[in-house]
Amino acid sequence: MAAQQRIDPSTVVGWGVDADPQNDPTYPMRDRSQESKGGLDWERPTLQGRDIELLRSTEHNRRTAVFGTSTPPSGLSGAIRRQAFKKSEGKWSHWLMLLAADRINVVEGIGDDLIHGRIPNIPAEMGIRSELQHNMPGLIRKVAVTGAVLAVITALVRAAPSRRH
Amino acid sequence: MLAMDYRGPYRVRAEQKPMPTIQHPEDAIVRVTRSCICGSDLHLYHGMVPDTRIGMTFGHEFTGIVEEVGSEVKNLKVGDHVIVPFNIACGKCHFCQQGLFGNCHESNSEATAVGGIFGYSHTAGGYDGGQAEYVRVPYADVGPTVIPPGMDLDDAVLLTDVVPTGYQAAEMGGIKRGDTVVVFGAGPVGIMAARCAWLFGAGRVIVIDHLEYRLDFARQYCPAEVYNFRSVEDPVYFLKKITDSLGADVCIDAVGGDAAGSAMHSLLGTKLKLEAGAATALHWAINSVKKGGIVSIVGVYGPTGNIVPIGNVVNKGITIRANQASVKRLLPRLIEHVQAGRINPKALITHKVPLEEVADAYHIFSAKLDGCIKPVLVPSSVNVS
Repeated sequence: MAAQQRIDPSTVVGWGVDADPQNDPTYPMRDRSQESKGGLDWERPTLQGRDIELLRSTEHNRRTAVFGTSTPPSGLSGAIRRQAFKKSEGKWSHWLMLLAADRINVVEGIGDDLIHGRIPNIPAEMGIRSELQHNMPGLIRKVAVTGAVLAVITALVRAAPSRRH
Repeated sequence: MLAMDYRGPYRVRAEQKPMPTIQHPEDAIVRVTRSCICGSDLHLYHGMVPDTRIGMTFGHEFTGIVEEVGSEVKNLKVGDHVIVPFNIACGKCHFCQQGLFGNCHESNSEATAVGGIFGYSHTAGGYDGGQAEYVRVPYADVGPTVIPPGMDLDDAVLLTDVVPTGYQAAEMGGIKRGDTVVVFGAGPVGIMAARCAWLFGAGRVIVIDHLEYRLDFARQYCPAEVYNFRSVEDPVYFLKKITDSLGADVCIDAVGGDAAGSAMHSLLGTKLKLEAGAATALHWAINSVKKGGIVSIVGVYGPTGNIVPIGNVVNKGITIRANQASVKRLLPRLIEHVQAGRINPKALITHKVPLEEVADAYHIFSAKLDGCIKPVLVPSSVNVS
């Protein structure tokens, strides 16, 4: 592939209006002029009241002044998350346990739907309507591939007992 | 109220949930008027971010009208229509005092690796997000900014993340007049990074992706030279060839962990989760940048680790700069750019979808259907233009 024709920068609206020869590699990452002497010495905001279970990183000395209250840990996935939070963020096991908990949580979510008398409409949750509308060939291909894989598995399962005789 | 509800990888639905309440004296409750789906929401949607719990509401790019304020909120008042930065920042801590509003130390108890972010898993603080009719906004006097009179709401909602992140990507590149800048990724942030590279005086802007419709858009919008990496055997080799073998002065990774283009990274990062996402774009950026050049990373990766050629970073003397955008710091200048017509954010919006159809919106964006660049969710209760 050949290089495309270059664009004349002077034709681009706003070219160079923010050019800053003084853009030091350490700025804008840190403006040290307001930096404190170090440590947790700033005037803290009011602390949010805590009426839910909050898991805290071991790398924090204290809980933060505010925190999210979405979906506190629960069930088996919650138990795994509690164990994960005994390990620091620097440990891969911390994150891998959280990922494992996430997957278990999916099953718990389906169970929770069923307990509440709701059968989750998984195709709708996966956007089947938009797939039908915008990607019918792709959908047909996925169905065909899935069908073929299932057919092969079924054939292998059915063939297995006859080989044992 | 109606809200997006995460049910597992590739599964979301609209669900009735309890109204949010004031939890802290600096909170506000905001009635959402626009809420985007971000490319980084797709990392959550694909199950790549640890501690993403079933039942959470995503959404960190939203505008809304203040419905209620806590007792310590002094500046915002009920009825204000606000841009809400995606970062949750206290404005007081060691990091906020340095302008690092994306790294606040008083907003995320669950990790020190990232500040609080609306609707972005418990790894980012466990806050429900703005893909809902109402949302709780902590530190309401710090981040939220009243939408200037006359500003289009579709422009305003993109000032919550896409524009600042794209702008900071270019800013972190330390671009000097005449520099060659390569942007990996022609999603909304990559397109905006390429557009903003010109504002910093770039002499040449190149965008790399594999989706032709997005490259076509970038060619016109940024404007930029655009190349499909599937049309060249080796994008790094190709970029060297079109830069006199030197490489680019600045490379920007605007893709993150959902990258295509490398079977190894896709297998390890996307399928097996043994990397924190597929670091293909970062790998290419390190190898494509000039010796002594700068790699700017705004693409989102998970907290574990990635395989990249760090030896080349050392041997080439590369400076790597990266962060979550400091939206509050950047907003005043970006509002000027929008009002002056130098940036046209709303042109990125290709889909406006009712909140009720959130599952379809996610699928269209994730599967890159129907020419989708940027989808915006609009609650049915919204009657503002």
